[in-house]
Amino acid sequence: MSQSLASAAPPPTEPPSPAVIEGTAAKKIEGRSPWRLGLERLVRDRAAMISLGVIILIVLMAIFAPVIAALTGHGPDQQFAATGLTAIGQPKGPNSTFLLGTDNLGRDVFVRIAYGARISLIVGVAATALTIIIGAVAGLISGYFGGLTDTLIARFIDWLLAIPFLLFAISLVVIIGPSLVVVIIVIGFFGWASVGRIVRGQVLSIKEKEYIEAARALGANPWRIMFVDILPNVMAPIIVYATLLIPLAIVTEASLSYLGVGIPPPTPDWGQMINDAQNVYQYGAWWFLVFPSIALLVTTLSFNILGDGVRDAFDPRGDRLFV
Amino acid sequence: MVRFLIRRILQGILVMWLVTVSVFLIFFVGPGPSSVARALAGKSATPQVVAEVSHRLLLDRPLYVQYGHFLWLLLHGNLGYSFYHSESVNSIIAAAFPITLSLVIGASILWVLMGVLSGVLSAVRARSLMDRTFTVLALFFYSMPTFVLGLLLLLVFYYEFTIHGIHLFPGSGYTSFTTNPGLWFRGLVLPWLTLSLVQAAIYTRLTRGSMLDVMGEDYIRTARAKGMPERRVIFRHELRAALTPIVTQFGIDVGVLLGGAIITEYVFGMPGLGFTAVQAIQEQDLPVVIGVVIVAAAAVVVANIIVDALYAVLDPRVRLH
Amino acid sequence: MSNEPVVSAPGDDILLRVENVVKYFPVSSSQLFRRQRDFVHAVEGVSLEVRRGQTLGLVGETGCGKSTLARCIMRLYDLTSGKITFDGHDISTLSRRSMRPYRRDMQMIFQDPYGSLNPRRRVGSIIGDPFAIHKIASGQERKKKVQEVMELVGLNPEHFNRFPAEFSGGQRQRIGVARALAFRPKLVICDEPVSALDVSIQAQIINLLADLQKEFGLTYLFIAHDLSVVRHVSDSVAVMYLGQISEIAPTSRLWDHPRHPYTDALLSAVPVPNPDHAGQQERIILVGDVPSPVAPPSGCRFHPRCPKAAPTCVEQEPVLEPRLGDDPDHRTKCHFPVADGEDLSLARPTISAEARIVETGILAGDDTSLTALGSKEES
Repeated sequence: MSQSLASAAPPPTEPPSPAVIEGTAAKKIEGRSPWRLGLERLVRDRAAMISLGVIILIVLMAIFAPVIAALTGHGPDQQFAATGLTAIGQPKGPNSTFLLGTDNLGRDVFVRIAYGARISLIVGVAATALTIIIGAVAGLISGYFGGLTDTLIARFIDWLLAIPFLLFAISLVVIIGPSLVVVIIVIGFFGWASVGRIVRGQVLSIKEKEYIEAARALGANPWRIMFVDILPNVMAPIIVYATLLIPLAIVTEASLSYLGVGIPPPTPDWGQMINDAQNVYQYGAWWFLVFPSIALLVTTLSFNILGDGVRDAFDPRGDRLFV
Repeated sequence: MVRFLIRRILQGILVMWLVTVSVFLIFFVGPGPSSVARALAGKSATPQVVAEVSHRLLLDRPLYVQYGHFLWLLLHGNLGYSFYHSESVNSIIAAAFPITLSLVIGASILWVLMGVLSGVLSAVRARSLMDRTFTVLALFFYSMPTFVLGLLLLLVFYYEFTIHGIHLFPGSGYTSFTTNPGLWFRGLVLPWLTLSLVQAAIYTRLTRGSMLDVMGEDYIRTARAKGMPERRVIFRHELRAALTPIVTQFGIDVGVLLGGAIITEYVFGMPGLGFTAVQAIQEQDLPVVIGVVIVAAAAVVVANIIVDALYAVLDPRVRLH
Repeated sequence: MSNEPVVSAPGDDILLRVENVVKYFPVSSSQLFRRQRDFVHAVEGVSLEVRRGQTLGLVGETGCGKSTLARCIMRLYDLTSGKITFDGHDISTLSRRSMRPYRRDMQMIFQDPYGSLNPRRRVGSIIGDPFAIHKIASGQERKKKVQEVMELVGLNPEHFNRFPAEFSGGQRQRIGVARALAFRPKLVICDEPVSALDVSIQAQIINLLADLQKEFGLTYLFIAHDLSVVRHVSDSVAVMYLGQISEIAPTSRLWDHPRHPYTDALLSAVPVPNPDHAGQQERIILVGDVPSPVAPPSGCRFHPRCPKAAPTCVEQEPVLEPRLGDDPDHRTKCHFPVADGEDLSLARPTISAEARIVETGILAGDDTSLTALGSKEES
């Protein structure tokens, strides 16, 4: 959530005069990097910090899911037909045994949500990492080398962006077979195109700057220039984009599971739980639909708010690249 | 300008060609030479059907011949034949397309109105309570996966209403306009809301950002200083200039969605392009999948070209490139 | 690194020899199928020599090609043709890899103190680049060397970890100097090193460069467009116009006996500090703008603007050689050089104005665009 930045600290304006420099020779002088300044701004953003707290809670819930299972005495895949279902075989609502109710097979919804968090978070982070790495490298190479390499990569990106993602993702998963790794790769592989495009644009403009010329004059080889000189300057948009990509990856994974082509059952997964719930909510089992939905919503919302905060903190001019 | 268009169209053709190649590779080569016919014939095909498929699609001929045949049919507008449904893919798609069309057109009108208006209001009264409210709402809907929103809407407006005796919206399905306009409309309300609320959230942020950029320009300040009425400044100048990225995004979005608003269709059980495709995947009716993929890719490519052309019209600087 | 001055080997006096260097840049045409390729004639046959331990000044207006020439010498560009000999070695066509070892001996100081330093890197890292790239020193040793260099150029070594944004323009230029001097190179090309600085800071940097030259026996190629600056630092000066050297001479000779009309005009435009004498100087005003380097004028390139232009100037390109009995180290590229005591403001060209328009296709005073109309070079 974008808070006002009126309270942001102004960067040092007047450089110290030579006299002052001599005077402070004794003190150790540490430069405040743009990262540090950005972080300080971020910490002051209340909404972002609250979201960060929520995310940490969710992460903890995912890590300690087995503990939750142990405490309630219900495993994530255990079906409790006797205690969990009503006489006619319908799920039971929230009660003292099952904090958030049971699903259509008598499983504990709360425990499943805790375990489901693992999948969402893992896929979200891993797919995003994959996307960022491929996208950044592709963008750097394409932008810096130009020529044929650039044309090839740029056309490849066009093609990737033209493909109807969901259909292809579904097809690929059907052909290869669903699994955690496949899902991560599929999401990551289609996502890097937009990152690549953005990075390439940045590289094209940075390439012409004088400090790049200076690096070449010193005899640096292209790889050093790309990763030591250019990369730090494109990091900012990449990081900001990453914060947008994580919630997107989480939603995509949930959507794939919802459509039945995600992580195969019985692994608990929020999207899948919602899909199962779709068939029973007509009979009044609202909790089974609502709670996983809330979990998904809260997770995505927190990442989005945090992402907004990161963007405001590190790029206060508001580069309208990603809205 | 014409050169620019020609270049973009050529690029589009190139991309479409790449799409056909990749589709061909995935579906005709991927499964492995022995399983292709079987895969194309569908899950429950008998050996005789498989043999017929193999013969009809020239699957015993070398790959490049197969591809040539495939491409040839495509160029003649023939998207293949579904053995599972015993129907030509063209007719399946033709039946599904109007549904997707109704969904997307209706939703797009809604989301543009909601998104752009709220975006303009937010930008004009930046940092006010209204702006903050819209931002929160936008963030909320933007974070909401489509299927979650759809199901929650169904839960409230269909389920809760129905058990209290109010039969306002159907739970699923689609009635064509010609059969029953009233039901057509009522059946589309919830899907429209689902699709448009999420999109509107994106557009309000987009509009707000774009407007804020434009509002800071010197020529806007000059217009105000000249004494131009506020409303005119906002709508005639600021919005006009801010519209470019919005138009671009809109074109792309519509293009993508026309290829099948898969999730929304699935949630509401509407047999549009997306739903048909998902079903086809689950039935392993590959010819239909291939057909939809190609139509969807074409929609995106065409939308991109139109958008680029519009962009070049709106912003003459683009043409110089 | 030791501080003893580099002793020039006897008979090996010329550190840098540039022979007939030509550099053209293709201009991207707006046609879909390029029927015609236009070129920017950035550098058209430049030859010069720089002696060890000396400073050669290079002046010219914006766009005359001096920066391009500098980058050709540094092999940041490939030459269209010509030969560059550095320290006895022909570096004209070396690959990037083969050029690497030479880059320790030839370095460049850039014009823009704000653009020539990577804003996202710490200053110590920037100055340490040469050591890292050539794998000379690492870790603590590198840090020590970097801090030595920082002190050398007048920076506080404690500021090792700061970012460029935290320094003033003059200090940043010092950082650039430090980076160039890390290896005590033999040749330093200064591409307008003080043009972007305030006047008082300019003096500091120039003095710094002079001190360093004395201490380490450096050789400078000093590029600038401000004549007073060039006069102060250079042993010899070359004047460039539209990609060519129009005159080259030892500094005092150039100031006291300018031969080329262009040089004369430039010198007349230099502000005179003494207000009493200011009004006495006759300004030589040149007609028109610098023509486009895509379609340079025929014959002597200066003829469209020259107060002494004659038909010979339109037809024949003059050779860069000593004129009017000058010494071999004073060469001028002109058919009708300015004699001692000649007042150029009284000169009148003997070709018609229309003839000049036809030649360049550009009306005097017009914006120079890259599409020259009706020029002789086309078709």
